[in-house]
Amino acid sequence: MPIKFPFSRRVAPSDTWTKCPSCEAQVFNRQLERSQRVCPSCGHHFRMSIGERIDLLLDPGSFEERDAGLESVDPLGFHDDRPYPDRLEASRIKTGLRDALVWGVGSIAGHRVAIGIFDFRFMGGSMGSVVGEKLARCFETALVERIPAIVVSASGGARMQEGTLSLMQLAKTTAPLVRLDDAGIPFIAVLTDPTTGGVLASFASLGDVILAEPKALIGFAGARVASDTVGEEMPEGFQSAEFLLAHGFVDAVVPRAELRATLARLLRLLPVAPIDEEADADRRGPIAALSGLAERLGGAVSETIGIDSEAGNGNGVGRTPAPSAERRPPS
Amino acid sequence: MTDAPIIDAEGQPPEAAEERAWTRLQLARHPQRPRTLDLVAAIFDDFAELAGDRAFGDDPAIVGGPALLDGQPVMVIGHQKGTDTESNIRRNFGSPHPEGFRKAQRLMRLADKLGLPLITFLDTAGAFPGPAAEERGQAEAIASSIKLMTGLQVPIVVVVLGEGGSGGALAIGVGDVVLALENSVYSVISPEGASSILWRSREEAPAAAAAMRMTAEDQRRLGVVDLVIPEPGDGAHTDVTATAAAVKAAVVAALRELGEHGTAELLAARYARLRSMGAYLETGAPPGRRAEAPSLRHRLGRILRLPGVPRRARWSDIWPSGTADDESERGA
Repeated sequence: MPIKFPFSRRVAPSDTWTKCPSCEAQVFNRQLERSQRVCPSCGHHFRMSIGERIDLLLDPGSFEERDAGLESVDPLGFHDDRPYPDRLEASRIKTGLRDALVWGVGSIAGHRVAIGIFDFRFMGGSMGSVVGEKLARCFETALVERIPAIVVSASGGARMQEGTLSLMQLAKTTAPLVRLDDAGIPFIAVLTDPTTGGVLASFASLGDVILAEPKALIGFAGARVASDTVGEEMPEGFQSAEFLLAHGFVDAVVPRAELRATLARLLRLLPVAPIDEEADADRRGPIAALSGLAERLGGAVSETIGIDSEAGNGNGVGRTPAPSAERRPPS
Repeated sequence: MTDAPIIDAEGQPPEAAEERAWTRLQLARHPQRPRTLDLVAAIFDDFAELAGDRAFGDDPAIVGGPALLDGQPVMVIGHQKGTDTESNIRRNFGSPHPEGFRKAQRLMRLADKLGLPLITFLDTAGAFPGPAAEERGQAEAIASSIKLMTGLQVPIVVVVLGEGGSGGALAIGVGDVVLALENSVYSVISPEGASSILWRSREEAPAAAAAMRMTAEDQRRLGVVDLVIPEPGDGAHTDVTATAAAVKAAVVAALRELGEHGTAELLAARYARLRSMGAYLETGAPPGRRAEAPSLRHRLGRILRLPGVPRRARWSDIWPSGTADDESERGA
């Protein structure tokens, strides 16, 4: 029903305000926008679009989208009550996105990061091949550029319409995290409402630091699936951000107003590891590590332990770094 | 990558596809189908089952331990369903809790430490979704299991025996080679679950089973499974000895092949295999979507509310929030 405003000749469309699902207050959308989509009366965190999330977290003008051209296809010819391509098209029109995730490089308080952000409105933020591929590229870019990775999740889980190919995205998005570990590059997961299923059962649970937004629904199985399977009603709030905090699965529940500052602080406290030649030498195996030791101590020692040290220059200072080919771990 | 479906229904009536998928599913779930421990007993010379995750408890829905394969030490891990009501209750119908996956991780680390090839058997409807599992971090347990397997420095051969049910299967299912018995199935969600979410009715499970292409042969065509192992007679349950022999031959062949490669090569190939999973189209990026940094004039104009100074472009103008969240689209 159109509402007439006394201070405006315009007829306000019915999407001028939104009803808060938590306190049922009517909140003007303009006000919601200004308050970062947090209910001014009860603090309920509404879901955000990817654009709003970028504006919230990243330094103005710093974000550059990558791999914008990736598009989902229909590998199974999937058809439930609608064909999968129709659902994709409807979500594209609704959100202006090509798929449920956007990733790019930008900065947070000057710290350059690779960041991926979900939009739940695109097919429930579900992770199919495109979302998985984009996340893998996001992590691989973090690896190559040696910058921290951040993912802000809002997803129902794997995209059923792509069958096991979407299940395999759990492994595809997780595999690069092993490489980030080896390279000393931090990964921060930000869980927003909702983060469930296959997304929580992969990279989202594997952050070096895991943050969550207040009251966000975070859990493995949907409450309906759970009560169907277990045959009992689930206890109230058993899949909330606060529940996960209490059980040790997230580091902090961070209100949206503090999220950017918290990330900036973590990025300062958890810098990318410097390239550590000593550790690299250790990874070359005991002999190589010994020869590295000999290099540092100088020629006298290398003679004593009988290892020929080409780089030893007698005083252990001003050593040139070994060529990169020598810094690989043994196969 | 092409736009065309990888699997074409080839003009078959949907009922035929449904019936085929449903028949396979019933065989995969057959009460007499050989379980992990049945095959382990038939395939390996010795097997010492180890218990406990060293953190919370032991989960009988996952079994594992060192074994001898033709005299060679290996590590074996598998889901374990029961054979009757009593054992099914004890083994929670093969649906693991987090401690099951953490026990598996412990055994994977042991395999890694001793350089034992890892062989896993998948047979679960899925990880258990109850409140106790949530409390102990079901999602984290699955995620860290997957992560551990992607970096494990020993060869991994995965065998899908019965049901490959979603994350609970993949948690011990990341491998260098994935084999599947002919009548096994692999899916992102149970057909009953897909039916109730996508069709909003539990009656459409056969349609969901067909739509998800969950049979072993379909999974091979999708690249999720590398090789399908034929089953004897009317299914694995009709001849357990022959089934075990076929599985053993395939596992031995796969391990022999993998043994010819060094660790670095193995890990690179495993990474490449996972990275190649999925189908997408790579089009050119749409031009010029970039929110510029605000100029001084813009910033002053905004603060002083000067007329004629347009608000700088923001990403939220490009991707704004809708007015309502659509809850109808779900994931698994």
